[in-house]
Amino acid sequence: MQKYLARRFLLAFVTLLSVSLIIFIMSRVSGDPRHIYLDDYSTQEDWDRMGEVLGLDKPYYEQYGMFLKGAVKGDFGESVREARPVTEVVLERSPATLLLGSVAFSFSILVGVPLGILSAVKRGTWMDQVGKIIALIGQSAPPFWLGIMLMFFFAVQLGMVPPYGKQDWNSIILPAVTLGWYYAAANLRLVRSAMLDVLDSEYIKLARAKGVNSRTIIMKHAFRNALIPPLTFAGVTLGALVTGSLVVETVFAWPGLGRLAIEALFAFDYPLLQGVVITFTLLYVTAAFVVDVLYAYVDPRIRYA
Amino acid sequence: MVTTDTRIDTEVVLSVEDLRTHFTTRWGTVKAVDGISFDLRKGETLGIVGESGCGKSVTMLSLMRLIPVPPGQIVSGKIVLDGEDIVPISEQEMAEIRGSKIALIIQDPMTSLNPVFSIGNQVEEAIEIHQDIPKQSIMDRALEVLRKVNIPAAETRVKDYPHQMSGGMRQRVVGAIGISCQPQVLIADEPTTSLDVTIQAQYLKLLKDIQKDSDLSIIFITHDFGIVAKMCDRVAVMYAGRIVEHGSVRDIFNNPSHPYTEALLASVPRMDRVVDRLFSIEGQPPPLHDLPVGCAFADRCPVVMDKCRESYPEIKAVSDGHTAACWKVE
Repeated sequence: MQKYLARRFLLAFVTLLSVSLIIFIMSRVSGDPRHIYLDDYSTQEDWDRMGEVLGLDKPYYEQYGMFLKGAVKGDFGESVREARPVTEVVLERSPATLLLGSVAFSFSILVGVPLGILSAVKRGTWMDQVGKIIALIGQSAPPFWLGIMLMFFFAVQLGMVPPYGKQDWNSIILPAVTLGWYYAAANLRLVRSAMLDVLDSEYIKLARAKGVNSRTIIMKHAFRNALIPPLTFAGVTLGALVTGSLVVETVFAWPGLGRLAIEALFAFDYPLLQGVVITFTLLYVTAAFVVDVLYAYVDPRIRYA
Repeated sequence: MVTTDTRIDTEVVLSVEDLRTHFTTRWGTVKAVDGISFDLRKGETLGIVGESGCGKSVTMLSLMRLIPVPPGQIVSGKIVLDGEDIVPISEQEMAEIRGSKIALIIQDPMTSLNPVFSIGNQVEEAIEIHQDIPKQSIMDRALEVLRKVNIPAAETRVKDYPHQMSGGMRQRVVGAIGISCQPQVLIADEPTTSLDVTIQAQYLKLLKDIQKDSDLSIIFITHDFGIVAKMCDRVAVMYAGRIVEHGSVRDIFNNPSHPYTEALLASVPRMDRVVDRLFSIEGQPPPLHDLPVGCAFADRCPVVMDKCRESYPEIKAVSDGHTAACWKVE
């Protein structure tokens, strides 16, 4: 178990390091930051001084070292647009994104998993059909369209929830449903097929032959095995829900990291964009690590591998 | 090894009368089991033999009431276990009987244990369901049955998961689960097919020993006549959902009276004869959703008569305790 966790941890670390390298290279090939910081009235002297301050006169490997050193300390430079440290801006926007991501994630699990089990156990009945429709909409409707449609019906027509922004507690419902529906649909289908496979297996037959009642068969013997594929998927989901919020946050004017990334992009605010991407990576890698730990908990074959 | 004693005098623990299990499919009604009857006595081993698709496994599933409904259904007949007909009882009542009075060992040890629970847990579960005893006694009992099936160092292995054990070991665990609640009838569905020959012999010996200790009745489903000779007291030969011949092992081996039994025995390879080509039965069994009016074996039978295609032969006695369903038998 320790060996497994150590390996996973090392892997997460390597991923972060690789991403930092990619970001560094991309920020260097995309042009000299002085073109953004300095305006047309600056002199050659200003240009050189700025280069010294930012360390642009040093060789690349040294610049990367400085970048890493700063990153470890949480220093990603200063945002051009806001004239404040990037870390400060990112930290300010993170809670909104984390909130939206976790509510959407919970929605995808709480809707997808029970419906998946139900669809499998009641295969071919109307419940299975309802599940299929929910899955079909979730997987085929693009989030920007789905978001606008939900906004139109529930906010504009029915006036049940605010159409955009982050004001009352209920303003999170529409963005969370929009963001989570696709993953709820994916979970539903994964759990359904995993459950059908498991219910058809020999060990379920043996459990029934032991005299285990149907309820226990489904909730204990089948569920834990059927949990393995959706759990793998949850590793991707959790990361993607946090980072995939670019579109949804923009549609619903949700003041989170996704919208910040778009804002930074339009303002050519490279340091800020870098900071957001690094934060996304960090969240993604952490989520994947947490899922790996859960994975080992559910499946002994991984624990002892 | 062959026992001549057919145990006429001992108590009948399981009696099957005219059992019919059909499946509704889009091609029509599949008569997987179509009117079989037999008795199983205390301490006796009955072998059910036949080729794939003859209804052996559906018979086994019917006896456990594990037929998937729908598409399957036990349409008629009685299964009297320990004096009670288990066909009409509710699913809940049946769950109480499964594992306690009638238990099952299934074919593939690699997939028959749940991969996410320890083997101790899986043996204990069976005991916990049927016996109202304290947790410590359940654990003791689980250890006891694991020792009984010769799991070495059972105290430490109870914590192991199925993937940490070999196929032979896993099949022993499946056996331990089967006998954990001292059932009266144990159904073994080809329990040794996927084991190595040496492990197979060990396992069969183990089953014999357990049977001797506890006066267990065993139904042995197999297609291996070697195992039949070693393990069984009586044999029922199945073809296309029916029992075509039934008798003591000695009767079946020495005096096969149905052409299908003869053909099956002839297709067993023998060490003491040199042949160019092994014997095989020509043709295929008829599809179970479209059985002929007469004998289902008629098209493959070397001694077929006109009568055979017109009506199904009744079951007739060949000698005492030996029956066959063939027009040839007078």
